[in-house]
Amino acid sequence: MATVDVDLPHVKDEDPHHHGPAKGFGRWLYTTNHKDIGSMYLIFSLSMFMIGGIMALIIRAELFQPGLQLVEPNFFNQMTTMHGLIMVFGAVMPAFVGLANWMIPMQIGAPDMALPRMNNWSFWILPFAFLILLSSLFMPGGAPNFGWTFYAPLSTTYAPESVTFFIFGVHIMGASSIMGAINIIATILNMRAPGMTLMKMPLFVWTWLITAFLLIAVMPVLAGVVTMMLMDIHFGTSFFNAAGGGDPVLFQHVFWFFGHPEVYIMILPAFGIISEIIPTFARKRLFGYSSMVYAVASIALLSFVVWAHHMFTVGMPLVGEVFFMFATMLIAVPTGVKVFNWVATMFRGSMTFETPMLFAIAFVVLFTIGGFSGLMLAIAPADFQYHDTYFVVAHFHYVLVPGAIFSIMAATYYWLPKWTGHQLNETMGKLHFWLSFVGVNVTFFPMHFVGLAGMPRRIPDYALQFADFNSMASVGAFIFGFSQLVFIYNVIQNVRAGEKATAQVWEGAHGLEWTIPSPAPYHTFSTPPKVG
Amino acid sequence: MAEQNEIKTNRLVVRLATAAIAMFGFGFALVPLYDVFCDITGLNGKNFSQGPAEVASVDRSRTVKVQFVTVNPAGMPWDFKPTVRSMRVYPGEDKHTTFYAKNSTGEWMVAQAVPSVTPSEAAPYLHKVNCFCFDRQPLDAGTDTEMPLLFVVDPELPEHISTITLSYALYDLTDDQKVAQLKLDNDKGRTSL
Repeated sequence: MATVDVDLPHVKDEDPHHHGPAKGFGRWLYTTNHKDIGSMYLIFSLSMFMIGGIMALIIRAELFQPGLQLVEPNFFNQMTTMHGLIMVFGAVMPAFVGLANWMIPMQIGAPDMALPRMNNWSFWILPFAFLILLSSLFMPGGAPNFGWTFYAPLSTTYAPESVTFFIFGVHIMGASSIMGAINIIATILNMRAPGMTLMKMPLFVWTWLITAFLLIAVMPVLAGVVTMMLMDIHFGTSFFNAAGGGDPVLFQHVFWFFGHPEVYIMILPAFGIISEIIPTFARKRLFGYSSMVYAVASIALLSFVVWAHHMFTVGMPLVGEVFFMFATMLIAVPTGVKVFNWVATMFRGSMTFETPMLFAIAFVVLFTIGGFSGLMLAIAPADFQYHDTYFVVAHFHYVLVPGAIFSIMAATYYWLPKWTGHQLNETMGKLHFWLSFVGVNVTFFPMHFVGLAGMPRRIPDYALQFADFNSMASVGAFIFGFSQLVFIYNVIQNVRAGEKATAQVWEGAHGLEWTIPSPAPYHTFSTPPKVG
Repeated sequence: MAEQNEIKTNRLVVRLATAAIAMFGFGFALVPLYDVFCDITGLNGKNFSQGPAEVASVDRSRTVKVQFVTVNPAGMPWDFKPTVRSMRVYPGEDKHTTFYAKNSTGEWMVAQAVPSVTPSEAAPYLHKVNCFCFDRQPLDAGTDTEMPLLFVVDPELPEHISTITLSYALYDLTDDQKVAQLKLDNDKGRTSL
């Protein structure tokens, strides 16, 4: 990131009519303040993370030993489905939107988001989407049980009746994401402080700009595919019903046309966060700022032409497999550029290892492991062995848990002093980090081995030879799951009390957000700063 | 300045919202687009050649194994199978075979078979001169029939393909037929089922 020299005329509230937030619940219901909305997104995301986590623990408890012990197979399937949906759409995506809300206006010197009223809307429809989705657990026939990828006709012809509620839930959360994305693009393109050129923007802002474009491009396709399901189920169409001239494989094509860019939606903002944190604690400028921007842009573009690597086994012709195999492998190039730049930033830096930095370094290492297993999966002929096994589960959990989730935790620890005005409790932060780091690896690393040996995913029972690795994974999952209570404790503790934080917070931090006092006042940059 | 910014923001929001709506439409457009794409490239084994085939000569230098497979989708009660499971043919040679179907239910039914060829690369080279799959097949309760298939394997078939699998899925169209009949009856001024 380019160094920014800031000339800040006055930070204190100059308008007496705009002192603080309103009181009571109405403050949260009617607020158009980006900081309030950001906080609500983050709290919502954390509660979804806990609910999705409980589901994961139910799954792991059942898989602790071979055989059926705790839950019915149908309920197990509901758990895998709901865990995936809630973590993807309820935990990771809202967390990034929350961080965007808090940080983007502060990082580009804007007083608020471009469309504050819509911002309120895009948050407040979200709890209802998940209320609808979660309520399906208590309906006759149970919650959706067809996997988070909801392949038709399993999710149409053979689905429980609650599938209609799932479809409306997806519609609402899709609308929320699209509104959020429009707001973020409008903010970044129109609200930057004078002198904040595009190539001076912090990388978190850049990655979010690109992510928002991805959201606008693919969330409507998701809405389209669930609408097709709705019509197949209730209006007698045959989009995915072979008996009526439809094509089940079509579903997979349309779904993954959304689904692959979606996985980058969940990782690009993480790249941005890591690119903020590593320079701060290495006390060096980010190595290769512009190459980082171009790498993110090319990853985003490539994400549109690789979708069929999720469906190598549907009976695609050789030409198709070869194309999607090489296109997928091509993505390793810009991703490699990013990992190289992070390492180069740390190289000969005067590094310190505060909690956010620990999470960031763990991100770089573990995300790279997930990237490599992704490359293995991209090899079409080998994929026939890996498809739908625990190897796939290990791969995407490595990129999503120590990838996306670790980056969100890193971001929380990094910016928390700015939000609350209290310094971090490093001891508790490090305790959380080490428990999580060990837990994650004990959970997901053994899954590589059982996957390669052929253990299929989404099945509540397994062959005896997988027992040891599975019990290991379950122990790891409980360590990881319960160590998140430390995270919640840390956040609550930091909100309530702590050593007073300075505006700078971290010695090596650069950027506009570190020029305003901690905690950040309710209104910031009412007069735009000058960025030189 | 602020007003100008607002106009700029509004214009941007309209554009982005339009893009989102267009992408919703694009999701639906993918349905025909995939079909067009598959027709052009022959990727999904559906672009068969139907009707009389013009084949220059019979290639006696090699034989191709043609396998016949039948599938009953869920809920289709008919007994449906090929009379011959596989045959060796010379490319260019006219071949005739039959499929057996029996309606073992107690009701009159209509069905139609939908073909698919594996490997899909071979689909354009398997000419169906005449096929029972071109038409709907009605059967009274408890009756059976042998349905004909007349085909030629094109001598242009790539050398590396030595086996072609022709699969038929038999779909129940009785309800559609009843609806059509009802409509026909209504048009005549009668109402009956």
